[in-house]
Amino acid sequence: MSTLTELQIGESLKDIQLEPVSRMDLIKYSGASGDFNPIHTIDDEASKAGLPGIIAHGMWTMGNLAKLFTEYYEEGFIEDYSIRFKGMVFLNDVITLKAVLKEKEENKLSFTVQAVNGQGKDVLKGEVVYHQY
Amino acid sequence: MFKDQIGKQSNKVKNVVERGAVKKFAESIGDLHPIYFDEEVGEQSRYRKNIAPPTFPRVFDYGVIEGLNLPNKGLIHGEQTFHYVRPLLVGEEVYCYSKVKNYFEKKGNFGEMGFLVLESYGDDAAGNTIFSSTSTVVISEAVRKVLTR
Repeated sequence: MSTLTELQIGESLKDIQLEPVSRMDLIKYSGASGDFNPIHTIDDEASKAGLPGIIAHGMWTMGNLAKLFTEYYEEGFIEDYSIRFKGMVFLNDVITLKAVLKEKEENKLSFTVQAVNGQGKDVLKGEVVYHQY
Repeated sequence: MFKDQIGKQSNKVKNVVERGAVKKFAESIGDLHPIYFDEEVGEQSRYRKNIAPPTFPRVFDYGVIEGLNLPNKGLIHGEQTFHYVRPLLVGEEVYCYSKVKNYFEKKGNFGEMGFLVLESYGDDAAGNTIFSSTSTVVISEAVRKVLTR
């Protein structure tokens, strides 16, 4: 494990590529989060809502994205985490999580963070401000 | 129709950062770091406790905003933010409430869309804010028509 202090502007944390999204992932997230909106788990409900299939909870992807920072917990914490949901995530999509250091100001590191699907499209994009102790 | 709700807020609800809930949540987002559930790793850390993942506040109960009737279908989660003063600690009590921060309408690709901004807070027992978050929910014209019927 390296430290965030060594990171230079323009450099990235190590990407994480998720396993293809499965129905069980979304069933587990429904249970763990309490968000039981059926468009995330039940095909019929998704098609009634006009969707081509069930879609992942935006918060599932946002939750996954934050794990790029977990291993640095002794160095600091995520002070601000803001995300715009830009595209839907479907079953079997392969999502890659990315963070690039954009700016350093005293003990605050600003990262551009994004989750990208197999077609190279951002499904989620935003910013993390990491507060270093 | 949501404009008159701006400024309304719920009553504070006491929540607990439950150990089992944190582990299950961490598992569900594939963030299985021991800092979230291994007691020894928690004790050895600067926090002296286990912590919760940053999006964990999704599980809290924020109470009911009187008169705010959101449909359970047809809403799109547009944006989400979290602001932390410090990480949440496993086992602590958090007092949570929500507030209608803003509502506005904008013409988009799918007709006139409504944007509802909800702000949520988690305070410690002394009333100091630990985290705040905002959710922007997009409500399509079709859904609003159903609501006003």
